[in-house]
This record gives sequence, structure tokens and C-alpha cells, in this order.
Amino acid sequence: MTTTAFKEPVRQASSGAAARAPRRPGRLRRISLPYLLLLPALLLELLVHLVPMVIGIVMSFKELTQFYIRDWGTAPWSGLGNYQVSVDFDAPVGEALLHSFFVTVGFTLLSVGLCWLIGTAAAVFMQDTFRGRGLLRALFLVPYALPVYTAVITWAFMFQHDNGLVNHVLHDQLHLTDKPSFWLIGDNSFYALLTVSVWKGWPFAFLIVTAGLQNIPGELYEAAALDGAGTWQRVRRITLPSLRPVNQVLVLVLFLWTFNDFNTPYVLFGRSAPEAADLVSVHIYQASFVTWNFGTGSAMSVLLLLFLLVVTGGYLLLTSRGRRAADV
Amino acid sequence: MAPARSFLWLRRIFLTLLTGFVLVPVYVMVSSSLKPLADVSGEFHWLPSGLTVRPYIDIWSTVPLARYFVNSLIVAGAATVCSVVIAVFAAYAVSRYDFRGKRVFTVTVLSTQMFPGILFLLPLFLLYVNIGNATGIALFGSRGGLILTYLTFSLPFSIWMLIGYFDSVPRDLDEAALVDGCGPLKALLRIVVPAAVPGIVAVAVYAFMTAWGEVLFASVMTNDTTRTLAVGLQAYSTLNDVYWNQIMAASLVVSVPVVAGFLLLQRYLVAGLTAGAVK
Repeated sequence: MTTTAFKEPVRQASSGAAARAPRRPGRLRRISLPYLLLLPALLLELLVHLVPMVIGIVMSFKELTQFYIRDWGTAPWSGLGNYQVSVDFDAPVGEALLHSFFVTVGFTLLSVGLCWLIGTAAAVFMQDTFRGRGLLRALFLVPYALPVYTAVITWAFMFQHDNGLVNHVLHDQLHLTDKPSFWLIGDNSFYALLTVSVWKGWPFAFLIVTAGLQNIPGELYEAAALDGAGTWQRVRRITLPSLRPVNQVLVLVLFLWTFNDFNTPYVLFGRSAPEAADLVSVHIYQASFVTWNFGTGSAMSVLLLLFLLVVTGGYLLLTSRGRRAADV
Repeated sequence: MAPARSFLWLRRIFLTLLTGFVLVPVYVMVSSSLKPLADVSGEFHWLPSGLTVRPYIDIWSTVPLARYFVNSLIVAGAATVCSVVIAVFAAYAVSRYDFRGKRVFTVTVLSTQMFPGILFLLPLFLLYVNIGNATGIALFGSRGGLILTYLTFSLPFSIWMLIGYFDSVPRDLDEAALVDGCGPLKALLRIVVPAAVPGIVAVAVYAFMTAWGEVLFASVMTNDTTRTLAVGLQAYSTLNDVYWNQIMAASLVVSVPVVAGFLLLQRYLVAGLTAGAVK
């Protein structure tokens, strides 16, 4: 960016400011400057998020199959056809989408719950200093730091039927199962996915809750101790309530990340996930890029977007913290 | 205020179990990467039948790992640098100026982060193809297209976090610099940026990790020459044999730099996340 660029007004905040501009030459520059600073971010957001979103909505009203992909503008309109197909729960496409939606909701609730529980417990237990705490803390961050695909590939190896660690431990060593189970196909795949998701996700909760704990003033604990409160009472009466604002943000972020997660199921199962672990994002990917029906895929995406908007909006309204975050 | 005995016992049990849960995959990755192929193809054993570094030599020739590595490095590096620079400007504008549309901007940018990547994938794929057809700029399949995509992934979070950081730098400091005749850009670079280094490091770490670990866009938007590690690692298992020992060796090679970097810089990331989430 050059200094001459700053002199070009991008937009004027008000006519009054423009009228005063000649008297104070720096004035106009001050008004346009913030917009210039924002320009790169704005252009990128437009190109990668906003324009594609509009295209996505347009696409969802078109009959967009592989024949039209080269020049998608010429694809015939289908009105609400794609939506009708997506929400016709008696027909195969709609039924599969509904199933996938319920799987995703169940998976997300369990995963977020477990991540939150484990992360909070670890953070609370490690609030006081003890020998080896630093080492343990670094270790606990490893799952978060590992690139998703290497972590998930390792878990995929552990879940292998013939040469995996999980079957070796459950069957050969502990004799808990009659015969080695399949983990990456069939009903067990749900638990395999959940395990990987929790393993990868809980350290984030740990990180955020640990940060939140640092903001609790020590005097609160001292006062409680003087009043004769025991360790557990201090945890229940001081630590957990003080974490409320942190938890409200944490749970929302975990929810959105888990609900939209594509990487974990995709690396674990490949392009088409088993029915029991068919998350919506992979489902839409498959509807679009495997069966080549981009119109239906887009309609499904828009429905997903509406659902997330409603849930997030409702959540933000319910939590006062959210209202503050929204006005930044 | 010694903790209660029940608390100490529960802590010991819980932390031991959790350590086991965290470490088992790490152990599997390390030990399997040192096993001969016959050992990883058969029944699992906790201890390798014989140690070998062969997988670490073979990974480079079984698939073009070095090329994937370079691609990932270029894509993630460029996305990180660009997203940090752009986020610094945007956050400075939001933190220091009042202007019309400020709220709309921050809310829009933040809310794009809640949408699933799959929502942008199809349209972006078409948009890149169309831009390519119309202008001859190859975005689809190129590293440039991927860089562009990735840098917006981390942008909303980076902007949000840096606004918090910049707000914590006293306004008097850069206003004094302005009075002394510095331009706004100079004030930003001389005063605000140095004071917000932890936040900027945190943002950079986050951006790099996001780009290094992304799978969805990498799997659709790359071709043979631009493929990144996220997609490239799957190539070890397309053959008749699945070279699990090589997959694990390659996974380790790919992970060690990121994990080491993260652990070194995690102080900053934690501080940054705190500023963002707790405030």
C-alpha cells in the first residue's frame, strides 16, 4: 500500500465530515483509512465466503448435474425441487439425509459432552502445582497439536480388524469379545468415530478451561477456606460457577467444530462413511462429488446452514455472554 | 489448604488413565514406524519383533513425500504470512477507529466461521473453475487457490483475537506517535505491533496449524503436482499392500515439526485464546 492510496476516499462517513474536510486536510484521510485497512480482509471474505454462499444458494435452485458443471449458469432451474428431494423423508435421498442428521446430532452431543467433561476435569485437577505438572500439560496438548490426518490415520490403524491394537487388547489380551470386531464398518464405527473425536477434541476444552481458571481470584479460595469449605466444596461452589462465561463460549465453539467436522470421518472411513457414522458434512460431500448431484448437495448445505443459524442464534440469545460477543 | 485425600486419589487415577489414553496412539505411531512390514501386517504386538529404520528411508520413494511436504510448506507458510498481515490491518482498523459498518463487518467475518466448510466447497470449486476459464488464472488445482482458501479460514479468528490484543495496548501510546508526526501505518508498525507480539505469534501458530491439517479442500482442489500432505499420506494405502509402518513413519515425520513448534509457542497460543475466550 502506498501513501497516495490513502488519499482516495473509499466511502465517506457523513456529508458533514466531507464539508469540514477542506479545513482539516487530515480529516478525509482519517475517514477512509479504516476502510482501506479493512479492504484486503473484506475482498477475501467476499471471494471465499460471501460470493460462494450466494452461488451456493443459487445452485440449490438449479438442476446441477455433471453435464452442466462446466458452465453451471446454463443449468435448468428446478425451483424447490432439490429441497423437496432433500426433505422427502419417505424417499431414499431424504431418508438418508434425515438419518445422517440424527447421527450427527447424537455424535455431536456425546462428543462435546465428553470433551468438555474430560477437559474440565483435567484442568481442575491440574489447577494446583504438583511435580510433573508441566510435563503432563505439554503431553496433553499433543493430540491438539498433531495434524488431524496423522492422528486419524493412526487411529484407523489401531481399529484395523486383523492387525489393530484395539482388537488385540479387547480380544487377545482381555478376552472381552468372542471374536475380533469390525470397527470401521457396521455399527461399531460410531464408537470408533466418537473415540477419535474425543481424543482429538478434549485438549481444546482443557486449554480454554485452564485459561479460565487463571482468572479466578485467589482470595475467593482463601475466604472459602477460612469459612471451613473443603476441597470438593471449593470446586463445586467457586471453580465451576466461575467458569460459566468461559463454558458458554467453549461449548458453542466445540459444538460448531464437531457438528461441521469433515476431516475425522473422511480420513477414518474414506469417501463414504458407514451408515452408523454418516456425518452430514461427509454425506453432502458424497451427494455432490460422488453421485455428482451438486444441486441436491447445495440444497442440503443450505438446510444445514439454516439449522446452524437457528441453533446458534438461539444459543446466543440464551446466554448473555453471547450477546456481548455479538456486539464486539 | 492441602487438598482432601479423596481429591488426591481421584486426581491420581484420572490423570493416569488420561495419560494412557493420550499416549497409546503416540506409542503406536512411534513403535510401528520402526517395525518391519511383516510385523505391522500381522497380528498387533506391543513390542516390535525387530527394530528397523527402513520405513524412514522408504517413505520418500514409495510416494513423492518430499513434494507433498514442500507443497504443504508453501501453502501453509504463505497462508500464515498473508493472514497475519491482513488480520493485523483489519484488527487495527476495528480497534482504533469508529466507522460506519464496523459492527456489520465484525459480525459477518465472525459468523462465516460457524458455517461448515462443505457449504463453501462446491461453490468455490465452481467459482475457481469459472475464474480460470474467464481469465486464464489457474486457481483450481493450483497452490494459489488453496492458499487463498486457507488464509480466510484462519482470518476471522485471527482478527477477533488481535482486536482483543490491540485493545489492550493503551491508545495513548500510538496517539502520541501520531502527534509526533508518525503516519497511522508507522504508529501501527512501531508501537502497536511490537506490543501485541504474543497475540500475533498465537495467530500465526493457529493459522499455520489450520492450513497444515486441512483435508477437505486439499482433497478436492489439488492435482498430482500440488497435492499436500493431508491428501498425499493416503497414497501409501492405494496399493495391494498397506504399508502401515511407512504410513506411521511418514506421519511422524510430518507431525514432529508442527508438534515441536506448537509446544514451543503454546504459551502464546494459550495467552491468545484466553484473551479471546475469557474476556
